[in-house]
Amino acid sequence: MMETPLLEAHGLGLRFGTIPALDGVSLEIWPGEVVAIVGESGSGKTTLLRVLSGLLRPDAGSVAYRGPDGATHSVHDMGEAALRRLMRSDWGFVHQNPRDGLRMGVSAGGNVGERLMAVGARHYGGIRAEATEWLRRVEIDPARIDDTPQQFSGGMQQRLQIARTLVTRPRLVFMDEPTGGLDVSVQARLLDLIRELVADLGLAVLLVTHDIAAARLLAHRLLVMRQGRVVEQGLTDRVLDDPQHEYTQLLVASVLAA
Amino acid sequence: MSTATGYNFAYLDEDTKRMIRRAILKAVAIPGHQVPFGSREMPLPYGWGTGGIQVTASIIGPQDRLKVIDQGADDTTNAVSIRRFFARVAGVPTTERTSEASIIQTRHRIPETPLREGQILVYQVPMPEPLFRLEPRVAETKRLHAMADYGLMHVRLYEDIARHGHIAISYNYPVMVNGRYLMAPSPIPAFDNPKMDRMPALQLFGAGREKRIYAVPPYTAVRSLDFEDHPFEPVRAKAACALCGSRESYLDEVVTDDRGGRMFLCSDTDYCGERQAAVQRDAAE
Repeated sequence: MMETPLLEAHGLGLRFGTIPALDGVSLEIWPGEVVAIVGESGSGKTTLLRVLSGLLRPDAGSVAYRGPDGATHSVHDMGEAALRRLMRSDWGFVHQNPRDGLRMGVSAGGNVGERLMAVGARHYGGIRAEATEWLRRVEIDPARIDDTPQQFSGGMQQRLQIARTLVTRPRLVFMDEPTGGLDVSVQARLLDLIRELVADLGLAVLLVTHDIAAARLLAHRLLVMRQGRVVEQGLTDRVLDDPQHEYTQLLVASVLAA
Repeated sequence: MSTATGYNFAYLDEDTKRMIRRAILKAVAIPGHQVPFGSREMPLPYGWGTGGIQVTASIIGPQDRLKVIDQGADDTTNAVSIRRFFARVAGVPTTERTSEASIIQTRHRIPETPLREGQILVYQVPMPEPLFRLEPRVAETKRLHAMADYGLMHVRLYEDIARHGHIAISYNYPVMVNGRYLMAPSPIPAFDNPKMDRMPALQLFGAGREKRIYAVPPYTAVRSLDFEDHPFEPVRAKAACALCGSRESYLDEVVTDDRGGRMFLCSDTDYCGERQAAVQRDAAE
């Protein structure tokens, strides 16, 4: 494993009016590591994700990212052009609603190809071959490469979004409730797929979810958030099997057993 | 034709012309970049060339000779009206000969006769934003231009090839200017795109309704977007002009009856007429 973290946040604070959305949050993500942030609605999970990925500027604290060149950059000082470049090459973002991450009027192949073209691919045959390969990897029939996402089921749309995100081989992927809104059997297959791809590609993933089961399946490390604070963190199994904080205990106890 | 009295030279007042000239200078300084300007109400409807007329009005002088074409022709309504407008409000001589004109205002075509240094080509532009229809938010398109983030345009070309087997944009084919800005060349046929590249004449684009001016200075690189394995190909009807026999010029298809009869004619009437006159001269000698 590398000696420095990929992404390092220190003392993040952000208030929306009088509401503290983030309060002294620090975390590190190391290469190849899956970190899950769990907590109830309104606990600041998504805000944290937006701050870490540079979409939102915090009132206090800093986020540092170590680029492929080995140099460390402050995410909020790097400027919009550099951040956008990062967003379309070295980072990926998987949205809860595939409609936010896909172009619904553009074919599946075009959706996967967009990120390739954005980083300079200009060979149609090459782009198409790469898109076909990625559709196969996310278990979408490559014969549907020219269909638009509108003709896909919810689960397929989500898998297409993942293919589109991973096609440029990012090193760090942010996922915001990737299994939200899907039924359980589709969720299970999607989780399997994500786990496989993450292991294959050695991705670092920051996963935001309220689904404890998904977090247990995917994450190496877990952060539990409540009212903008990290109340507990540690290895996933440790936190879930032996919760220390009363809120974590409540959260674990609230999981429905089938 | 008598010059109308009661108007400033070339219709617009001098302050307005200065404002437009400032926009033009900025546009020339940043090739392909769209510069906003305070477009004025003109005595004709939007879509009939208000942007082009304002650009022409602010650069024209008494020593200029003006040519106006619409779809390549000098004798169509739009061309005739605009030519007469400037003859009346500026009293400038007009011409139909491409080589004699110092300013050529055009809608939808670039003349077949190569332009030379010192000439100015003024385009009438309906929609200056090449990312229009791909990105509905104007603020976002500006950001994309600022970041030179043009992957989206290639997605459009990709979709065309996936759907039709080739890039099916036949007019207003997007170009990169000076390797930096993506630009809509106005609705000229893709056939005319190569003429823009390193053209010795100055090219000015005016969009009246959208209130934008942009420019391509002389000898600036203008490259049509394409893929390595699907290179840009200018499309031309596979025929010769029925009047002058040209196999190089851009052709209009004219339906002659209701039984499938048709003929192909040069869209550039000046070019076609010159060639016919040359043939007649040769025959007489």
